[in-house]
Amino acid sequence: MSQQLSANRNFDSMRKSLNTLGSSLGAIVLALVICGVLLLVTGKDPFAAYGKILETGLTGEKLLEMLKRATPLIFSAIAVAIGFKMNLFNIGVEGQYLFAALIAAEMGTHVSLPAPLHVLFILVVAMVSGAAWASIAAILKITRGINEVISTIMLNYIALSFIQWIFETFFRDDSDGGLNVKTTEIASSGRMPDLVDNRLNGMFIVALFVAFLYWVIVFRSRFGFQLRASGLNPIAARTAGIPAKRMILFALLLSGAVAGLVAMPSVIGDVYAYGPSSTPTQFGFAGITVALLGRNHPFGIIVAAMLFGFLDSTSAVLQLSEIPSSIVKVIQAIIVLVVVIVNEASSRRYNRKIAERAALALKSLDVSR
Amino acid sequence: MRSGSVKPNQKSTIDKSPVVELANISKSFPGVVANRDISMRIERATIHAIVGENGAGKSTLMKILYGLHQPDSGTISINGVLTQFKSPSEAIAAGIGMVHQHFMLADNLTILENIILGYEPTSYGVLSLSDARKRVKELASSIGVDLDPDLPISELGVGQRQRVEILKVLFRGADILVLDEPTAVLVPQEVDELFVNLRKLVANGTTILFISHKLDEVLSISDQITVIRQGSTVATVAPNAVDRLKLAELMVGSDLPGHGERATKIGKNIQLSARDLTVIVKNHKNPVQNVSFDIFESEIVGIVGVDGNGQFELCEALLGLVDIQGTVEIGGIDASNLNVRERLDQGLAYIPFDRHREGLMLSASLWENALLGHEVSLSRGPMIDFDAAKKSCREIVEQFGVTTPNELVPAFVLSGGNQQKLVVGRNLAKAPKVLVAAHPTRGIDVGAQAAVWEEIRRSRDAGMSVLLVSADLEEVLGLSDRILVMFDGKISAELDPKKATPQILGKYMTGAQ
Repeated sequence: MSQQLSANRNFDSMRKSLNTLGSSLGAIVLALVICGVLLLVTGKDPFAAYGKILETGLTGEKLLEMLKRATPLIFSAIAVAIGFKMNLFNIGVEGQYLFAALIAAEMGTHVSLPAPLHVLFILVVAMVSGAAWASIAAILKITRGINEVISTIMLNYIALSFIQWIFETFFRDDSDGGLNVKTTEIASSGRMPDLVDNRLNGMFIVALFVAFLYWVIVFRSRFGFQLRASGLNPIAARTAGIPAKRMILFALLLSGAVAGLVAMPSVIGDVYAYGPSSTPTQFGFAGITVALLGRNHPFGIIVAAMLFGFLDSTSAVLQLSEIPSSIVKVIQAIIVLVVVIVNEASSRRYNRKIAERAALALKSLDVSR
Repeated sequence: MRSGSVKPNQKSTIDKSPVVELANISKSFPGVVANRDISMRIERATIHAIVGENGAGKSTLMKILYGLHQPDSGTISINGVLTQFKSPSEAIAAGIGMVHQHFMLADNLTILENIILGYEPTSYGVLSLSDARKRVKELASSIGVDLDPDLPISELGVGQRQRVEILKVLFRGADILVLDEPTAVLVPQEVDELFVNLRKLVANGTTILFISHKLDEVLSISDQITVIRQGSTVATVAPNAVDRLKLAELMVGSDLPGHGERATKIGKNIQLSARDLTVIVKNHKNPVQNVSFDIFESEIVGIVGVDGNGQFELCEALLGLVDIQGTVEIGGIDASNLNVRERLDQGLAYIPFDRHREGLMLSASLWENALLGHEVSLSRGPMIDFDAAKKSCREIVEQFGVTTPNELVPAFVLSGGNQQKLVVGRNLAKAPKVLVAAHPTRGIDVGAQAAVWEEIRRSRDAGMSVLLVSADLEEVLGLSDRILVMFDGKISAELDPKKATPQILGKYMTGAQ
């Protein structure tokens, strides 16, 4: 009997993963079909478009580009997912990472350390800065009860103006008579080495490591359990003695800290400085969709980030063959919409199945008694 | 509209032929115990009680009768005619009316408007209320209810709202009335009033199906009692042929544990003490005002009161969830300034009012639910000790008799009684000094109820002090060593359970005494 039950257990967890995987894949296929119809309506051949995407995307060069493009998405999606895990919507990753990029880039020029420590120093500064910016929203929520969705969105706009002002007033590199629209370049000891020269930076490994840490902290640690409990039923968590306010603070700080790393592939892996035009934007929002697609699970997030990276990497080539490159963004958006809908439907079906199977198991317990 | 259904003074001419006949009804249904081969005859103008544990299949059976589910096999005859209801509207058309446990009334509308909702009488497309008002008044007086049809629902008490629900189904022409746990929300005096109305209804020729697990009430009101266990009918008995214990045994299928004398005496140490406890709510009346009490070792103190008289806030104050004035001492230590976790560490445990709202993470596994509140002791360093956590859950499952295939299933697959056993087990597992138990057996079946009582008694015998807040007066009278009545945020009386009865408690609870 007990053997049977434990076999049942492994089956349970495997089945759940398969259910998740299956429904996500189904959603992606469905999204491609919908986009195909859109392409047809606009007079383009969907098979040609998808063929082109696959043809250009599945080359060694483009696959490296996929990983490169996936790197900031992984950081951003994990930052968002940490909040999601306790029902906090950190829409402010955008502002947090841009603020962190500026501060870390500038601080990185003011220290001289041996190579690995210098890099580590910059990463830590980025995380602390991201957390600091996120802490504003956390404090507003804890002390005044202000909804974090509103405060983090607003703080994005504040961050943009604030960063611009600091950059122009204090941090802009004026050694070149005002030609450089960047901070001073970081010394070579503070640069993250490439994995593949000029194609893929070491920050990709850092991203995988952060995804692993996210799994350990959120899914395996006591703090993570308290975080998830606060998300699953905040009243029950509070009643069980988990301090709600402290959890909000920690979750948003952690989320902000990871957000701080989003621009690091550019700041210490590519441009070696912060610049209003050279530092990439919009990753904060893309992270929300990637986290949704990856269902807040580290493995799911990595796969989803790669999918988005893959689609992005092909958009330039599409333009050359007279297929609007914006179709890539449309595909991404439709994938997310479809995934959200399919997720809901499949988790309902899954819950019903679980209830049925539990009822069956209970019946067999009854019989054996 | 079936107008002939409510005519007074027909008693002598009423024939007692079966008005509802269920034959060999079976229904398999995922997650719920199936109905297996259920047959029963319900005679015209009688009160027929259906009793059974939660999950025994009472509700499934009633939903089949009301057209919400279709049986897999078996037949339903109404007035001797074979029928198949595909939806509740067909059941309503056949004269079946259902009064749900949770009222479905619009607060801002008047009694009359609620009653006619969905069946509005019109003339030339314009609402014509006068006929409806007249008919509602007739119906009300025929069952001895005195209500002004133009009062808004929001001004009515619970008992009156229930009467409106009954009038609503009568207005739709029902002559077979299904009442789902009608007394669950009423104080004893209101129950008596309801029973008077029900008897008048029966005298007028209405047939009543009365679902309940309050056995005393069932015994006092019914003409016939059908017991359902694990989806099958066990027996149909007349109330004068059985007593409470016999009925409970039929429901559970085995001998119930007796009331159990206490093994130890009440101790001398005060374990939980409240002094001038006031709960502060900004811009509102303070829900708890200057409440003081002491609970000794091995003592159970019951708190009774009509819902909303401060019991909930008192529990929150003891747990440390709200702002207070005054002091709370746990195990002789001033806990007034401690947070929830620190109070729990002092040996306080809490069985919450509402297991879904405050107790469980329904989509999480059982072992994660069992871990909640114990995550510090079940960790190795900063990491959760998964093996220890699952083992601890298995122990709770074993000791408290939670029926489940394993500890990995999500909490929502368990029945209410098993969910409650898990919550109770989680809180009693680490041998607390003080237990605050709010409605520890609300909405669970007799078997689970006995198990929970047994565990509370066992812990009490081991020295635990209990503050028992409950709406089940029998439970409070049976378990408590002392009873405090809460009325309007204050403790209005202290009573000896040996001398008190539900009627006496009811008087204090409503402020009549």
